[in-house]
Amino acid sequence: MSARVVVDPVTRIEGHLRIEAKMNGPAIEQAYSSGTSVRGLEVIVLDRDPREVWALVQRICGVCTLVHGMAGVRAVEAALNYEIPPNAELIRNLMIGAQYVHDHVMHFYHLHALDWVDVVSALQADPKATSELAQSISSYAKSSPGYFADVQKKLKGFVEGGQLGIFANGYWGHPGYQLPPEVNLLATAHYLDALAWQRDVAELHAVFGGKNPHPNLCVGGMPCAISLESGNQAGTALDVVGLERVRNIIGQMQEFVHQVYVPDTIAIAGFYKDWFKQGEGLGNFLTYGDFPAKGYGDRDSYMVPAGVILNRDLSHIEPVDLDAEDQVQEFVAHAWYDYGAGKEAGLHPYQGETKLAYTGPEPPYTELDVDNQYSWLKSPRWQGKPMEVGPLARVLMLYASGDARTKEVVDGTLAQLELPLDALYSTMGRTAARTLETSIMVDAMQDWYDNLQANIKSGDVKTFNEALWDPSTWPRKAQGVGRMEAPRGALGHWIVIEDGKVANYQAVVPTTWNAGPRDAQNQQGAYEAALAGHTLHDPAQPLEILRTVHSFDPCIACAVHLTDPNGEEVLTLNVQ
Amino acid sequence: MAYEATFGDVLRSQGVSRRAFLKFCSTTASLLALPAGTATAMAEALSETRRPSVIWLSFQECTGCTEALTRSHAPTIENLMFNFISLDYHHTLQAAAGEAAEHAREEAERENAGKYLVLVDGSVPMLEYCSTVAGISNKAMLEDACTNAAAVINIGTCSAYGGIPVAKPNPTQAVPVGHIIKDKPIVNVPGCPPMPLAITGVIAQYLTLGKLPELDHLGRPVAFFGENIHDRCYRRPFYDRGQFAETFDDEGARKGWCLYKLGCKAPVTYNACAHLKWNNGVSFPIQSGHGCLGCSEPGFWDMGGVYESVATGKFGDGTRLGAAALAGAALGAGAAVLARRKKAHVHEEDAG
Repeated sequence: MSARVVVDPVTRIEGHLRIEAKMNGPAIEQAYSSGTSVRGLEVIVLDRDPREVWALVQRICGVCTLVHGMAGVRAVEAALNYEIPPNAELIRNLMIGAQYVHDHVMHFYHLHALDWVDVVSALQADPKATSELAQSISSYAKSSPGYFADVQKKLKGFVEGGQLGIFANGYWGHPGYQLPPEVNLLATAHYLDALAWQRDVAELHAVFGGKNPHPNLCVGGMPCAISLESGNQAGTALDVVGLERVRNIIGQMQEFVHQVYVPDTIAIAGFYKDWFKQGEGLGNFLTYGDFPAKGYGDRDSYMVPAGVILNRDLSHIEPVDLDAEDQVQEFVAHAWYDYGAGKEAGLHPYQGETKLAYTGPEPPYTELDVDNQYSWLKSPRWQGKPMEVGPLARVLMLYASGDARTKEVVDGTLAQLELPLDALYSTMGRTAARTLETSIMVDAMQDWYDNLQANIKSGDVKTFNEALWDPSTWPRKAQGVGRMEAPRGALGHWIVIEDGKVANYQAVVPTTWNAGPRDAQNQQGAYEAALAGHTLHDPAQPLEILRTVHSFDPCIACAVHLTDPNGEEVLTLNVQ
Repeated sequence: MAYEATFGDVLRSQGVSRRAFLKFCSTTASLLALPAGTATAMAEALSETRRPSVIWLSFQECTGCTEALTRSHAPTIENLMFNFISLDYHHTLQAAAGEAAEHAREEAERENAGKYLVLVDGSVPMLEYCSTVAGISNKAMLEDACTNAAAVINIGTCSAYGGIPVAKPNPTQAVPVGHIIKDKPIVNVPGCPPMPLAITGVIAQYLTLGKLPELDHLGRPVAFFGENIHDRCYRRPFYDRGQFAETFDDEGARKGWCLYKLGCKAPVTYNACAHLKWNNGVSFPIQSGHGCLGCSEPGFWDMGGVYESVATGKFGDGTRLGAAALAGAALGAGAAVLARRKKAHVHEEDAG
């Protein structure tokens, strides 16, 4: 029996993820990715009013707090051919854009950074040298020697106090940490800065959606009417003051992304060039497309195109059809679910089934039965092939489709790091792609905002289309897909509406694509493929596993979900 | 450990002045409606304290409650995490993973036995295999972590009342924390997610006064959940005058008329959204044009459709209310009666 390395809980992610790795000496021979928690969320949307489904499915995830609500709203609108006003589309783009910027920055500093940054080493840094370094890579104002000395003093007090809190038991001093103390101090300072920054920029969602996390949306447009009065007479938060706040927040986002996030990524990546050579995974990439310029129905107007890239071949993009039964399918051969047609079958989401069928060990357990079923995640496939989704897939799709801004940003960054294009197919490439798409996104937000302002100035304040609000206007049966590019990748919600109620609902989400287990053909998921071959310096401190898994930005609550009209019948329930 | 810093040491080492510290204490005191003079007592108590250990357990959850915590501006998450508490176990934020993370939890439980706080987000499935961490079921981990805890704070509607996993048909047989833990003081801070100030306010009061806040019949702090949103809503005058938005962007919607006819659940919801507001006071759901979902109430997902007006059968529809504008004040009072009735009803369910 070969040695097994287990990482559970995988921390600094959303949700409950377990990685088991079958070792061959110090190298990972095969990795197994397991989602260990299930809620059975979607069963409860059945028979409900489709207009309120967004509020329930939004609770699939509080990190991707906006995106499942948005996909839920779009699914209903797609089923009904329900058009929304241009202002609502612009506001949605702004909210999705803000979600990207907020999520990606927090991922980099609060979830991923500690894989590369040794906080304890920052104590050895020279604040003056740190200041010189900071000023050499950015014009960000907070870069004086005193600023870094203050941060270091705080950190010193914290560490010497003996209560390390969230930093306790980190792998500090592991030889895999390669940054000089000054870069560690710089990144630690920005870890703290980013915590304060994210709190401020989350206010954008509050203007349009009333709060963040979990801002409000509605089918047919946006619920935030534009108030023509302001001050004490303002009817809503979306008055001139609210709009000015949004403008300021976009400015704050641009400043932090361009002056902190991008230069920090490049500075840190420069010390980890060996991580541009490992962690690739599948080499297949999938996007659904998003950010319509001329309405959700006009897919040619999307800023991010839909498509499939196979085997790194950027010269050819395959078209994606989310309604085609032979394209997107989910498999359960190695997942704790049963299908009526048997464990080997693949089902398109419109026909999706989810019947809990746990076959794993009784808790507490030490190892999963990885030869059989080992996850609450299903295995989605496109034409039978496993796919990676997310920022790298989007950047590659934009690059392959000739987007000038993307080519400029990608080529410029690779040139700065003296790396070839192939370097993107890696752990650090994935992390860098996330940063680069944030810089593209934050500039696009300015355009959407300017367009919204121009519409309002010209007298167009329409944010909601009431034409199809009343369910009595709907056809007896309708079905549709709500597609999105969520920050973590391609997201689709499939809905079937009958007699004004939800008859079936299925979500196939980014982390299911990336973190799912092997399929009926024994093809690995993206995490599993990316981890294969990693060498662990010390199996008791599996830093290398964390680096690659975190480069995908896992979101497990999203990935584990149920949709099944039959679920109620199959489960043994003891509801009082 | 040779030397352990007290709270005061830490603050001094971080350059936090006594004045700034007192300001934190008085903000906390006023948020919690504590008597004048409490702030000074709090400051003195705190400056001698080791940062209390907090163990945050995440079960069947969506991490929205953690996200809400990071949006707190008084105190900020940085301040809370690095100056006021020792966050010894928190999956989303902690550096360590796997065994190292579990060791951090076990060490904190051992070193702070009888004194640490357990914070929980997410419900707990009685089908134990439906949710595990480190191979341990959520139920077993909860029971273990609570054994030597001083108190339990449920962060969010899922751990407090079951939330969305418990909604019909409850496929994993999920339950709230209070169904499992019976021998510890429990505070419920519901909301989907809870208001950040409610989370930090309860923690701050425990840190500063060493005791838990006054609770209502649903285990919620009265300071944050004692008032009805409808009673504190800036749109309330329109309700009383019978002026209602009919759609999301008609004239009434733009002028901030009442959202009662669009399904607002504020009349039956107890929370501080209308007066403390969200995201540093920027807005709250009703101010951004959507009715309240009632997310801090037990069973809110099954309280009736999101877009169905509350208790229209008892009140008649909005048109009649509009026509009877003169009777507005009486109707407003009626809503309050309804809310109390609802409260009593929920209480019975909870007890049963």
